[in-house]
Amino acid sequence: MMRHVGRKIPKIDGIALVKGAPAYTSDLDINNNALTVKLLRSPHASAEIVAIDKKQALAVPGVECILTYEDVPDTPFTLAGQSFPEPSPYDRRILDKWVRYVGDEVAIVAAVDEKTALEAIAKIQVTYNVLPPVLDPAEAIGNPVLVHRSQPHTNFDIGCVASKNIAAADTIGQGDVEAVLASCEVVVESRYRTQAQAHAMMETYRATTCFDVNNRLQVMSSTQIPFHVRRLLSRVLDIPRSRIKILKPRVGGGFGGKQTAAVEIFPAMVTVKTGKPARLVYTRNESFCCTTSRHAMELTVRLGSDRQGNIKAVDIYCLSDTGAYGEHAPTVFWVVGQKTMPLYAAAKAWRYHGHAVYTNKTPGGALRGYGATQGTFALESAINELAEKLAMDPAELRLHNLIREKECHGALCGSAPGHPARLESSSLAACIERGKELVGWQKNYPCRTSVDGTKRRGYGMAVTMQGSGIAGIDTGSVTLKLNEDGFFTLAHGASDMGQGSDTVLCQLAADVLEVELEQVVVTSFDLDTLPYDPGAYASSGAYVTGNAALRAALEMKEKMCLSAARLLEVAPDEVQYRDGRFLAAKGESLTLSELAGKLCSFAGKEQLVATGTFGGATSPPPFVAGFAEVEVDLMTGQCDVVDYVALVDCGTVLNKNLARIQVEGGIVMGIGLALYEDVRYSARGRLATGSFMEYKIPSRQDVGEIRVEFIESHEPTGPFGAKSIGEVVCNTPAPAIVQAIYNATGYRCRQLPATAEKILLAPGPGGQKQV
Amino acid sequence: MRIDTRINGRDVVLEIEEGEFLARTLRRYGYLSVKEGCETGSCALCTVWLDNSPVLACATLSGRVSGHEITTIEAVAEEAGAFAEFMVAEGAEQCGFCSPGFTMTVLAMKRELKNPTDEEINHYLAGNLCRCSGYKGQLRAVRKFMGVK
Ligand code: FES
Ligand code: FES
Repeated sequence: MMRHVGRKIPKIDGIALVKGAPAYTSDLDINNNALTVKLLRSPHASAEIVAIDKKQALAVPGVECILTYEDVPDTPFTLAGQSFPEPSPYDRRILDKWVRYVGDEVAIVAAVDEKTALEAIAKIQVTYNVLPPVLDPAEAIGNPVLVHRSQPHTNFDIGCVASKNIAAADTIGQGDVEAVLASCEVVVESRYRTQAQAHAMMETYRATTCFDVNNRLQVMSSTQIPFHVRRLLSRVLDIPRSRIKILKPRVGGGFGGKQTAAVEIFPAMVTVKTGKPARLVYTRNESFCCTTSRHAMELTVRLGSDRQGNIKAVDIYCLSDTGAYGEHAPTVFWVVGQKTMPLYAAAKAWRYHGHAVYTNKTPGGALRGYGATQGTFALESAINELAEKLAMDPAELRLHNLIREKECHGALCGSAPGHPARLESSSLAACIERGKELVGWQKNYPCRTSVDGTKRRGYGMAVTMQGSGIAGIDTGSVTLKLNEDGFFTLAHGASDMGQGSDTVLCQLAADVLEVELEQVVVTSFDLDTLPYDPGAYASSGAYVTGNAALRAALEMKEKMCLSAARLLEVAPDEVQYRDGRFLAAKGESLTLSELAGKLCSFAGKEQLVATGTFGGATSPPPFVAGFAEVEVDLMTGQCDVVDYVALVDCGTVLNKNLARIQVEGGIVMGIGLALYEDVRYSARGRLATGSFMEYKIPSRQDVGEIRVEFIESHEPTGPFGAKSIGEVVCNTPAPAIVQAIYNATGYRCRQLPATAEKILLAPGPGGQKQV
Repeated sequence: MRIDTRINGRDVVLEIEEGEFLARTLRRYGYLSVKEGCETGSCALCTVWLDNSPVLACATLSGRVSGHEITTIEAVAEEAGAFAEFMVAEGAEQCGFCSPGFTMTVLAMKRELKNPTDEEINHYLAGNLCRCSGYKGQLRAVRKFMGVK
């Protein structure tokens, strides 16, 4: 019987967090007299460091150390938090003689306080040999200007050719796409551009390091990937992993940003060099300019169908801008294909191909959606264009061609050559039908003129899929311990950054163990005590770590029954467990707390611990159908999303509140991407959107109605039938809103974001000409 | 330099650096509920009350609070807890990093507005950024907390 799963359970740490309890890195690292670490950064997009004079800077009283590339290990690595062997190229060093974007690190300064560190930074004199940068991804391949002058190490072939500025390349597909397209009655070909987007999590990047009482390097970090951070530091600093202790406090938002180990290495280096505690807290400006952002992409989509709307071929070429370093370059690029190609399984010919290229800009990285967001914008925009060309309802076109339950597709995560993975669960078709009802699609689509003469309303829709963990690679574990009066400790390493994994994992375990939620306490802070988990990314928490929790709880139940049988002196199969009580066939019984008590005193002598481990053979996709209603002011170009309706299939909804907030938050992030969020650069490659003044994220006044409904499917491989929710939710707004703008104004935005300026200046029926 | 001020109902003498802003000073003195999210006065994570009105602690010079009264969420734990119940019932706190500052603004709003419309609520809270929640859950929690009819 499910008692907790599916309910609206508050997050176990929610009240304390709202009331401001100290819980985050900067709240817990306060008493260790840490040195303040600041970084000197390159003012040039591309340059060679000819000389660094740190004499004057070192003379500033209170400066502890200044480290340049000559003082630190020369080991190449990637900051991407991925399971080993990481697909991302090892193309960076702690500090390098070459700087590759404005903001690249030149020197690490540690001082007694911030003021002193900044004063020292101002006094370091660097002589640069300034080089021309390559900034436009379209001009990167084959450009004589190289971002990396030597070929970086890759753990396996990812198509990296540094001498051509190519970080990664690939082609996947099935059938002869060109031939099929040539034979199609209707073909749509369009090129789309998605911009770089900033994570803008509220807590900036930060880490604090010291040597602990056992002389281990202790790293407290706001990270989604504590285990990967430990592996990375160990390799780069050449310290055994056993000598590194990682602490992960509460994380003030991540969205994939903290799946890249942006900061830990710098204070760690200082601590290793000086033996002293060190603390690095990124400014908001550094968080914008010197970490990562969503890969900007140019995507060329070709769709072919017959006149009845049977899609025959899908082809997407992707040019991904990975900036100066290839963090997540191959994987984000792959995910574009994995999360678009399977959607329209009716197309028997399909191909996804392209390149991720280096440019002298802030690196691309992991951001919620991880390529699926970009791919969805392109594919779904093209589907909307195809529907128009066919004079078909875009909802019908989709329903006609969508992948259905039990269908296989070779691009689904978990497929092997000749063995396409199978889609086990989907309610996407029902999601579309219900969405149509909720927005009055039949009556309203494509547009209706609004209240006054200059405002027009339009409707648009899009669908999307994501995954649940990375099939065949990432493996999570959960350990349960039975404590002496019958409560359980649940230890896991899936980093809760607000999504609520601590709570959801407890719900899962409590249901299997048939106890109240309060009887399961969670620990996820100190890596020494946690079983392995890759971390919070790839939408893996509910599915991968959730399955591990389920297994741990089942094993715990089995072990408890065995112990109970022994203590009741009956055969194991004569014991039944129900609601915290062990019943023997003959009528004797034992409560859970009695059992726990006996196991730690004279009679029992047994500490019960159970660990469950799970790695998915597939990555079951959750789905969303999103419907946008926009109101565009033709005089100003201002576009308001007055209503957004999201129908979500995440399998069984484990926690209704937490799932709903994930959806709402993801949609709002998607609205920002659709309408105004845009990481911009100056002509010389300086990031021009380094604060919340220049980089606008949605405020509460920008958000109209959002309606969310769940249509549950049952994923047979998921815990209680669940799939993921965290990422899929930010993919539909951009294509749906852009389509709604088109239907309101006649302006089709193929280059995000669809700003008021673009809408206003667009030629055609929606542009100013018409008003 | 030293200043005399009153924090959470207690008279205190603070040692501050010239040009230091209140958010830093408060954190240095252990008022860790005060978060910082930007350098441009744009996020309101640092909201505290100065003489019972919400201010951005990151944009308030510590030298200027001499003789005034500062309140952080630690001092209004009961009321904050009451609001927190509505927040968690909606799941509207995600990472929680924005929540203390947001809560201080909400509590001030409750004193000022009676039965506000959604528009009035969103206007009052406009400066409080949240990147996680999408704001709708916060709005539902606020409505219930304010007893909006
Ligand atoms: S820290 Fe952002 S407004 Fe104060
Ligand atoms: S809950 Fe994370 S920023 Fe608001």
